[in-house]
Amino acid sequence: MALTGRPAAEADLSAGSMVAGGTDVFRGRSTSLMGYLGLPIALIIVCAVTLAWVFAQDLGSIERRVLEPGGIVEAFAKHMALTFVSTVFVILIAVPLGVLLTRPGARLMVPPVIALANIGQAVPSIGVLVILALVWDIGFWPAIVALVVYSILPVLRNTMVGLQQVDQPTIEAARGMGMTKRAVLQKIELPLAVPVILAGVRTALVINVGTATLATFVNAGGLGDIINGGLVSNRQTVVLVGSVLSASVALFIDHLGGIAETRLSPKGL
Amino acid sequence: MPDVTTPSGGNGAEPMIRLQDLSKVFPGQAKPAVDSLDMTIAAGEIVVLVGPSGCGKTTTMRLINRLIEPTSGRIILEGEDVTKVNPDRLRRRIGYVIQQVGLFPHHTIADNIATVPRMLGWDDKRIRARVDELLAMVGLEPATYRSRYPKHLSGGQRQRAGVARALSADPSVMLMDEPFGAIDPITRDRLQNEFLRLQETIRKTIIFVTHDIDEAIKMGDRIAILREGSKIAQYDTPERILTAPADDFVADFIGAGASLKRLGLTRVRDVELVQWPTAPRGASRPEVLEALRGSDKGAVLILDEQRRPVRWVSAREIQREDLPLSEIGLPSDAVVQPQATLADALNEMLASRFGCAAVVDGSGAYLGSVEFGTVSAIIQELRRDAREQSRAAADELHAAQAARS
Repeated sequence: MALTGRPAAEADLSAGSMVAGGTDVFRGRSTSLMGYLGLPIALIIVCAVTLAWVFAQDLGSIERRVLEPGGIVEAFAKHMALTFVSTVFVILIAVPLGVLLTRPGARLMVPPVIALANIGQAVPSIGVLVILALVWDIGFWPAIVALVVYSILPVLRNTMVGLQQVDQPTIEAARGMGMTKRAVLQKIELPLAVPVILAGVRTALVINVGTATLATFVNAGGLGDIINGGLVSNRQTVVLVGSVLSASVALFIDHLGGIAETRLSPKGL
Repeated sequence: MPDVTTPSGGNGAEPMIRLQDLSKVFPGQAKPAVDSLDMTIAAGEIVVLVGPSGCGKTTTMRLINRLIEPTSGRIILEGEDVTKVNPDRLRRRIGYVIQQVGLFPHHTIADNIATVPRMLGWDDKRIRARVDELLAMVGLEPATYRSRYPKHLSGGQRQRAGVARALSADPSVMLMDEPFGAIDPITRDRLQNEFLRLQETIRKTIIFVTHDIDEAIKMGDRIAILREGSKIAQYDTPERILTAPADDFVADFIGAGASLKRLGLTRVRDVELVQWPTAPRGASRPEVLEALRGSDKGAVLILDEQRRPVRWVSAREIQREDLPLSEIGLPSDAVVQPQATLADALNEMLASRFGCAAVVDGSGAYLGSVEFGTVSAIIQELRRDAREQSRAAADELHAAQAARS
């Protein structure tokens, strides 16, 4: 996949090779209701079956404490907060930065910024988390910073590629009709880049929902708490619940990202 | 050397566009792309800039709407110096059509056409009316195409929409950069003819860039043949460029067959049409036979209720009783409009059985026919002209040599 950190010197910005975004069941707008609901229903069934099986077991006090329903809900809510807050920050930083870097005159800035984003991507996320914990603090916000650093590259890169792949004659026609540069960016370039940018956002979401399981190590909560709790107490059933839940959540988030990609892309493309 | 910057035979009125000592030097290039160009363009004319690739014709055109800022010189539009005005506002006054069209793929055709009126702050009702008017004008049925997206249109339809978009705010000047360059030859021919017909009513001042001399001859009221640095080699009517090229560069650029190219100058409406016998679709066999016997032609043209040509039927085919009139004979495929050139008509009739093309008006009703004989007589005449010119030149040379020796 296109997300591995590449040396900045080689980082070309041609579309295709590095545009993040996976296969897509939503190509074409005439997606049936089943297309939208099929996966969520399957995931709910898997989670329900797992939980039913686990609670049918003869659970010890440790399992019961970790798998207490209120605790699972809280871990889930924390996980969602980590995922969405970090992704919102990624969008707020990477999209304007991508716009800035694709303006003429910012050419010289591109290699260093891409290099920096590449470093963020290349360093293992657990390393970033631990470093931040050492030099700053533990808890929710350091975890958010680590997630943002880790997932900024796909959105930044897709924003740039998305803007650069806008057909030049379209821009020329817009300028030739008397649209200002700002209007061309707002009404032509950004809308036409939306599908590619959204593919990057979807990738960032998936990275964040996965990486958020590591937030438990800096005491930021999330579904990682359940997995880690199971591991340290050597309770396989607990590990199973945590893993199934986080995998299901990740698949569900990716599914939502896919829906957003189709629904939010402009018509006519 | 005569003044080449002003077209000969100009009407003397205030020109629509005047370029004064206009130059463009791109950074890092020694030679200017446009080298102190002086040119005037009369209102209501199509001026074609034509020249080999790299001669600076597109750059010249973009200097006029200042997509490229001139290095020096002045641009005067309708008597107003626009060299320093706000370029975005200037461009809203000038229609702009490019080869790749550049329709906004995420906007409907109606929204595309409404781009400039929206910027100018027209109200919605006026915009809607204007969009429908323009769609009809360029031959796209408004109800069908208004809410389509560009990807649903063919190349020719997109270029029609592009022309409509350029005309949206009724600019007095249009810039067209190889507008029909990316379209297949048959559609291109049709679009050219339609555009010429449209121009007869809208009378815009048009700068038209092309590298194709045949297109230049067909479209231009005047042609400016440019050499490197956008230097004008000759600026004249197509007729005069073909008959009296200013120098070897122009003669070379026109290429061989200049006399045949003049077929591209003569319009069907300029020649006398021949009337072939016609019969309405509902006519009886004896009536059709009667029509045929009353003329010296070998076939009858069957017309539908709107007098549009349907089929050619010869005497022998009239005998066939088993099929209705509208199904015997051959379909009337060779059809041209009065503003088509004789070259177009010749093309059509070469494919037809009776060596003639039916001429129809804008609504498709039959006006008459052009025959192969008519065109061939004109070719003969053109060739005789050319022969006499070259004999005159030879005589001159001979006389000059005789005088020297």
